[in-house]
Amino acid sequence: MSVISTPNQFESPAKSHEPHEQHYLNHSKGFLSWALTLDHKRIGLMYMVLVLIALFLGGTFAMLLRTELIAPGPTLMADKAAAWNLYNHMFSLHGAVMVFLFIIPAVPAILGNFVLPMMLGAKDVAFPRLNLLSLYVYAFGAMFFLYVLLSGVIHAWTGTSLPGGFGLDTGWTFYTPYSSTKSMSGVIPATFGAFVLGFSSILTGVNFVSSIHTLRPKGMGWFDMPLFLWGLYATSIIQILATPVLAITLMLLITERAIGIGIFDPALGGDPVLYQHFFWFYSHPAVYIMILPAMGVISEIISTFSRRHIFGYTFIAYSSIAIALLGFLVWGHHMFTSGQSALANVLFSLITFSVAIPSAVKVFNWVTTMYKGSIRLQTPMLYAIGFIWMFSIGGLTGIFLAALSVDIHMHDTYFVVAHFHYVMVGSMLFAFIGGMNYWFPKMFGKMYNEKVAVFAAILLFIGFNLTFFIQFVAGSQGMPRRYATYPVQFVSHHFWSTIGAYVMGASLVIVLFNWVAALINGKKAPANPWGSNTLEWQSASPPPHDNFATAPVVTDPYYLDRWKFVSDEEGWVLTDEAKAALAAGAARTGRAH
Amino acid sequence: MSSITTNAGDSHGGGDGHDDGHDDGHHEHPPFLAHHFDTPEQQYTTGKLGMWVFLGTELLMFGGLFCAYAVYRNNHPEVFEYAHTYLNKWWGAVNTVVLLVSSFTMAWAVRAAQLGKKNQLSVLLALTLLGGAGFMIIKTIEYRDKWEHALFPGKFNVYNKNYTGTHTPGEGHGGIEHGANVQSPATDNAHGGGAPAGESAHDTGVGGKAVVKSANLMTGPEASPRSEGANTAPQGPAPGEHAEVIAQGKPTPGPANPVIYFDPNSLGAASDAAKIVPKAAGPAGLATDAVHAGEHGAHLAYADLANRDKVRINTFFSIYFLMTGLHGLHVVIGMGLIAWVLVKGTQGIFGPAYYTPVDLVGLYWHLVDLIWIFLFPLLYLIH
Repeated sequence: MSVISTPNQFESPAKSHEPHEQHYLNHSKGFLSWALTLDHKRIGLMYMVLVLIALFLGGTFAMLLRTELIAPGPTLMADKAAAWNLYNHMFSLHGAVMVFLFIIPAVPAILGNFVLPMMLGAKDVAFPRLNLLSLYVYAFGAMFFLYVLLSGVIHAWTGTSLPGGFGLDTGWTFYTPYSSTKSMSGVIPATFGAFVLGFSSILTGVNFVSSIHTLRPKGMGWFDMPLFLWGLYATSIIQILATPVLAITLMLLITERAIGIGIFDPALGGDPVLYQHFFWFYSHPAVYIMILPAMGVISEIISTFSRRHIFGYTFIAYSSIAIALLGFLVWGHHMFTSGQSALANVLFSLITFSVAIPSAVKVFNWVTTMYKGSIRLQTPMLYAIGFIWMFSIGGLTGIFLAALSVDIHMHDTYFVVAHFHYVMVGSMLFAFIGGMNYWFPKMFGKMYNEKVAVFAAILLFIGFNLTFFIQFVAGSQGMPRRYATYPVQFVSHHFWSTIGAYVMGASLVIVLFNWVAALINGKKAPANPWGSNTLEWQSASPPPHDNFATAPVVTDPYYLDRWKFVSDEEGWVLTDEAKAALAAGAARTGRAH
Repeated sequence: MSSITTNAGDSHGGGDGHDDGHDDGHHEHPPFLAHHFDTPEQQYTTGKLGMWVFLGTELLMFGGLFCAYAVYRNNHPEVFEYAHTYLNKWWGAVNTVVLLVSSFTMAWAVRAAQLGKKNQLSVLLALTLLGGAGFMIIKTIEYRDKWEHALFPGKFNVYNKNYTGTHTPGEGHGGIEHGANVQSPATDNAHGGGAPAGESAHDTGVGGKAVVKSANLMTGPEASPRSEGANTAPQGPAPGEHAEVIAQGKPTPGPANPVIYFDPNSLGAASDAAKIVPKAAGPAGLATDAVHAGEHGAHLAYADLANRDKVRINTFFSIYFLMTGLHGLHVVIGMGLIAWVLVKGTQGIFGPAYYTPVDLVGLYWHLVDLIWIFLFPLLYLIH
């Protein structure tokens, strides 16, 4: 008893200064104060809950499909046909749930929502009500995927099929004519869900573009913005320009399947390759929706934890925009074997190569920022370094696939699977978890257990590479993707890949438990635990309802020398020079470069 | 407007705005200003930018459909050329005018809001709303006509392979055009009516290019097996063949059924073979049609189409309904928005300082108008 009361006595004087520390989490109470909130921070948290559920679902499907592949022949079920069928549903649902419900919204909707207005020193995003609407649209779209999942489960157990079909076995790409004619699965509910989710994505994009254009504070020009905002800005452009095309494509697909309009069905005079064009016109830029905000996160983390000003700021900023724009011109590289004209193939191949340039610019600048920095290997930095490693592998193998002749050999093999998992999981997931660890103290005002987090980060890195590096080998030897079984020569590849997947799954569970543990009894986080200079760290942790008790002062976002480390409890505080400059009003113009 | 700009000049931007705005109440916070904006000017710019960006997404969404249109039309030009004659270009033209006028009243309404003329604003918005309603009513009339002749998308279309209804291909061709007795294919043909067959293609004026094209199409490999029957064509129409007479563009003997190509009742026993169901059509019947269209080809007749195209006509209607349907949905949404600002306007909250909602709804309405400006020629006026 006394043990408990003692800390209270110590805390009470501190509490007397701020009797009930008001922040956005306890600003108002009750279900409706969350359900109807316009606060971008709360909306970000609600997104987080939903998106993490999606990650859990998608991860479960991944575990199941890797288990099916642990050995050739039927594994999950004794009956061959049932096992193959289950496998088809698992890889389709894994892809669709991961892409539409997790990867696309994860960084923009969670981290972007929470951080973007604060980085701008603003009270909220440009359109708070639209922001809340996009959350509900997301939830509504997600329900269709749950329905698809439910229909699959019900069909497996009882044999009855709900309206719209059962499960999903088309792959996440919904290629016609299989999806529009033959498939018995829930193509319509799934594509309608993706259609709805697209609007959530569009609304978020509109909101972010408007916010960045008009809510920047005095003294923050375009090239004074943190690079995360550049990443989000580039992402939003893609969301705005590409997602509507997906929406209309899926609408066409739905009508095609429902009433046979004949646009994609060759039997009715349609063109199935047109569907592929439409689909990849969105879905290739969507790859950059996934990676660009992740790159923004990495830019923040690398600079902060290297204690160095980011190297080549303008290059990184422009390269984000360049990737976004080039991303619109490369969709045809998904169709090198679909019967495109040779000229189109060559052009798409060339433009695809050129995407490597802005990507490499970023990697060079990150590495150069680290060069001679005083690097602190805290959890976010571990994820960032892992990101650079795996993004390099994922990007360079993309060059292999952009080469026409190589792609003919590699097309639809595990080489492709490994390539895009290196970019989407190795890079995007690492940036997401790294970013979550980076902003976790700001979001919840609690510190997680650093040792456990480091352990999980390393384990995740090992598990990921174990799972996917060997798939490059299997793919280059001819292992085709989306097959439920394989010849004996691939037995060890698949076995180790599955073991790696289990390791990944375990490490993600550790990450999650570490966060939950921190929420329950984590140490109180200081306002600036990492010594970053972007505006959100000038606010308390967690921030007050209006984001800032006093207006933040805009300086160069990477002018890190303004901060000095005091202690784990107090975190980083402004140096005396910085305070003096602030008092003199000079900080506003004092730039480091 | 002027008061807004002066406000903006004072203190724009977050850093200062937060300070000054809250500390010394330097500028008043009008009721329409959301808490996260510093000035009305900032709020207005943000709203306007957001609306423009949103309109960009709208354009791209329709862009997908325009793309589908372009690809399908390029792949099957004859299908479009034939099927579009089912659309009533007069109703389309009237609707274009209706929408343009409503866009005008909308623009005027924005001005009225800027000037704070409450009553004028209400009247103009009501007129705009009326324009939207008029458009939808006309669209409904057109749709109903398509419905009656089973010209709906996909398997609800009489030309679809999987069609199971009772309607027959060819009926309702010309649709309401017929009833309105204006601008039917026959009218076009009348121009070239007296000219020798084969020359008329150049005389039809408007459709000149398309005519040549269709003539070429028909002399392609598709047409060649029918050349045998072609020779029989100029021998003059049999009594039961007045449908073909029109296709030939010769002066129609009587005004009866000027546009119905394949009215089963009017077809005599002689042309039984050509009776409606394309698969049953005899080679001779096809050939005569093909040649007629080829000769002066103001419009393709159903029988002129290659067999593979006959079952694709429904795709034109699928595209038509998707495009106009999505557009109609936007009109309805726009009407809802206009009704909303109309109600707001009657409360007198708009004036020189605050008219953002009217302005943004206006932008949206103009976009809806603009899309129709593209839809109308692409769907109704093509040759």
